[in-house]
Order: sequence, then structure tokens, then C-alpha cells
Amino acid sequence: MHISLLGKAGSFALRLIPLFLERVSAGFPSPAQDFVEKTLDLNELCIQHPAATFFVRVSGDSMIEAGIFPGDILVVDRSLRASHGDVVIAVLDGEFTVKELALHPAPMLLPRNRAYAPITLGNDSELEIFGVVTRSIRDIRGQR
Amino acid sequence: MSSVFALVDCNNFYASCEKLFRPDIKHRAVVVLSNNDGCVVARSKEAKALGIKMGVPAFQIKDMIHKHSIVVFSSNYALYADMSNRVMQTLEAMSPRVEVYSIDEAFVDMTSVDRVMPLSDFGYQLKDTVAQYTGMAVCVGIAPSKTLAKLANYAAKKYPAIQGVLDLTDRTRQRKLMAMTPVNEVWGVGGKLTTRLAALGITTALDLADANPKQLRKHFSVVMEKTISELNGESCLELEIQAPAKQQILCSRSFGEVVTDKHIMQQLVSGYIARAAEKLRYERQCCGHVQVFIRTSFFRQGAVQYSNAASTRFAVNTDDTRVLTRAAMSLLDVIWKDGVRYAKAGVMLTELGDQGVVQQDLFDTRQADGGKKLMALLDRINTSAHGKAWFASQGQQSPWTMKREHLSPAYTTRWMALPLVR
Repeated sequence: MHISLLGKAGSFALRLIPLFLERVSAGFPSPAQDFVEKTLDLNELCIQHPAATFFVRVSGDSMIEAGIFPGDILVVDRSLRASHGDVVIAVLDGEFTVKELALHPAPMLLPRNRAYAPITLGNDSELEIFGVVTRSIRDIRGQR
Repeated sequence: MSSVFALVDCNNFYASCEKLFRPDIKHRAVVVLSNNDGCVVARSKEAKALGIKMGVPAFQIKDMIHKHSIVVFSSNYALYADMSNRVMQTLEAMSPRVEVYSIDEAFVDMTSVDRVMPLSDFGYQLKDTVAQYTGMAVCVGIAPSKTLAKLANYAAKKYPAIQGVLDLTDRTRQRKLMAMTPVNEVWGVGGKLTTRLAALGITTALDLADANPKQLRKHFSVVMEKTISELNGESCLELEIQAPAKQQILCSRSFGEVVTDKHIMQQLVSGYIARAAEKLRYERQCCGHVQVFIRTSFFRQGAVQYSNAASTRFAVNTDDTRVLTRAAMSLLDVIWKDGVRYAKAGVMLTELGDQGVVQQDLFDTRQADGGKKLMALLDRINTSAHGKAWFASQGQQSPWTMKREHLSPAYTTRWMALPLVR
């Protein structure tokens, strides 16, 4: 057997191919028949790397100005490398926290709520990042 | 072309799964207990450093748990199974041929990888990607046979200087490692074999590799001959990509409290039969043989010790819970003794065959289509979200379910149990 490595599987974009189904039937043909596609799957939209995707629930209000509210479910993709400006799940004092990551001018975790102060990270301190937040899911009716 | 295998094995898998969602206990000693919180089945590296042994009963280390504030978990199978799937999927995305060998280890085909990059580089890619995607730390052992890959993995775990990935394709390195490895660390060489091999002067893996295979085959079996070839770098065991059908189905439990009442024991055994039969049908198999066993606790010194088992063979292979229960109840009658404090019981179904290849008995007409339909209906009810159906012989389902006092939330498989972030 020959194997050639093309690169990490995770680095390839998901390619969506529309599925056209056509059946020939007796009687009057439906004008919509040629346009039938598969139904939309929310997983496909929200999850690029299933094996690396975790869900967490928000319990604080430190990110409300970024549209992340208590009770929201966040989609966290561990396969992504966190970069400046990403919303991340980090470990702070033995707890998970959701914050915006700033790498310059100095490494910081930024709350998106004016009532909270930015968390500066010393140059020698090690920040553990659990994963990068890619989506937020809110129950709109449940908020009433 | 010569094969190359990698064995990827998660470090302290159950304990690592528990720690992933509890950053507050990252550096604490963690142990995971077996069914019913009986024995230690997994230890974090901090717990190992404290000298806690695998398999030790929980009550024997009570003082240590208190003294060192060890964090104790009941087995959270939903969590471990989900994390295992993630690890395996990550590996499968990186190699076209992966054999899932157990919940926390897999063989990965690395044949021809060395044309593209050094084997150890790919080993580190496997290790780093699994760690990043799933949070699980793994060790990787690379070698020309599965037995040597196992040994390479053992070394990668044992010697921190190796840094988690060992390329053991070089013959000199193989011999060097085998010379310092006791023979019982060789894949498939267990306790009893070790004693018998010692009698022949074989104590290290290298002694076994250099032994005369034909001679050892006479003493032992063809498996031992294969092991010797494998240790010499000749691959005899192929990747088994498709999971082989189970050879036996075992359902057994240590009880939360001691059982002395026969009626309760009948209910418990009926329950195990129901569970085992469900697994049997799920695997689309029938069984030809059922065994029931009961025993007292090995760890309660001074009390009356009793352990017994009985089994029977069916005229026609069956997957019918009613037939299995009837047989198990008569077997229990045979081995039951009054006045004994039972701590464990179980049932084992063996001689498994496909449902399609059942040998019909000319004189036995019980296994008619009605049974099949009833069992299919039963399984449908019990796998649905709507309710449970069980046999009257199982009794009311209450105090005899598993004891899991230290169970962590199903972080990855239940919406209500998601980890919280501030």
C-alpha cells in the first residue's frame, strides 16, 4: 500500500455538495421536483471538527457587550489555534472563564462588560486555553 | 513492503477525562473506582506517585484518601466513551487504517510513512493533534510488529526522557529495550506464563525473543511462537479494522450491600440475564451456553468464604430472555447455599453465534417467531425514552442498582450537565 500525506485533515475546508433528487412518477409532475435538496443540518453550520468540539454553558455576565449572556451555550472548537481577538475559554484560578484574548500590546483577557477590569497576564505566567469559541446559542423565548 | 505499526495509548485515561473538565483539580491526585465504587481502576500520575496500586479496594485506602485529599470518582462511562470516540476519530482523520484496540488505545498503520517524513515526526503529530483536539495526553510506540509497538509504548510511558514517542524500528534499539524489560511486560504474556517461562530461564523480553520458537511451541502454544516472531520484528498479527464479534458476554456486579436472601439473589441474576441478553441481541447473536456464578467478598477476613458457578448448554442457541432466565434460575438453585453473605454475582453467555446460523432442534419448538417478535418489542421499549419493561423475576427496580456516589456530570453527553464558564 502507498500512502502520501497531504497534510492535516483538519486543514481542509468542508465542501458542501448539493444533493438533487429526481424521481419519475406517473401523473402531473411537481414543478418543485428539480429543486429538492437535502434538509439543512445545524450541526453542519456550527461544527467543523466534531471530535474537537465541546459545548459549555455561560454562567456570568462578563461578556454581555459581546452578545454572550448567562445561560447561553457556546460552541468551542479545540482544533483552532487561538489568536488575537478570539473569544476563548481559558482556565483562570482553577475555573473556566470566557473572555476575549488580546495578545498585543500585552497578553490580556478582556471582559466585554464595562463593569469588569481587563485581566493582565504576566509574561512569565502560563495561560491555559481550553478552546476557541465559534458560536453562541441562546434560547430567546426562555429569556422572557 | 514491511509493515510499521504505531500503538497510541492514552495516559491514565479515566483520570484524564475527569481532570479535563475540572481545572481546579489539575494537580491533585485522582482515582476512579470500578462499578459499585469497589476498586481503584484508574489513577492520575499524582495518585500513582502516592503508591496507590491498581485494583485495590476503595475501603482499604480510605485513610490515604483522607490524608492526601485524593479526589475520588465513580466510573463515568458516558464521559469515557465519548472522549474515547473523539480520540479515535482524531486518529482516523490522520491515518486511513486504525484498529481501535480498547477504550483508550489504538493501533495505527504507519506503513510507508517514512517515505514522507521520519516516523517519530508523525508520531509527534499524532500525539500533539490528539492533545490539542481532545485534551487527552497519549504515548506513541512505533515498531514493525504490534507486539513490539506495545513494548515501545510501554517504554514511552515508563521513561519520561523519551517524551511520549518512541520509534522502535531499529533492531539494536529493540534488543536494548528488550534486555531491560521483564518478560511479563510482553503483550500476551501474563502471570501464569511468566512463572512457567522463568522455569525455562526466560525472564526478560530479550530471553523470549532469543528462545527457540519451535521448542516453546511444544511447551506452550502457537500463540507463543507468534509472539517470538513478533519480538524479532516479523509481523504476524495484522490490523483488525473491523471489531470482531464478541466471544462472550459478561454481566456481573459487586453488590452495594451483602445479599443473604435467595429471593433477592434471584432478582439480581434475572436482571443480569436481561442485560446480557439485550447486549446479545444488539450484537445480533445467539448463545449456546450460560453460566451463573455467586461468591462472597475476598476482602472480608474471617467470614465464611464461598464461591461457586454452574453452567448449562442449550439444545438450540438462543437470544430469548425467557429461555435464558429459566436456565439461570435452575443454575442458581444448584449453587445457592443458605447462610452465606454474598458480595458478588454474575452471568456469562458464551458459544456465541450469529442469529442467522442457529442449529434448530427437531424436538424443540419453543424458539418460534413469537419469541423473536417479543424480544424485539422489549428492546424497542427499553431503548426508547418512554419507559422500561422488565420481567417479573427481576423484581422492582430499586435498591440494587449500581452504587455511584462520586459520579461526575455527563459533561459531553447531556445538555443539562455542560461545564459552566464564567
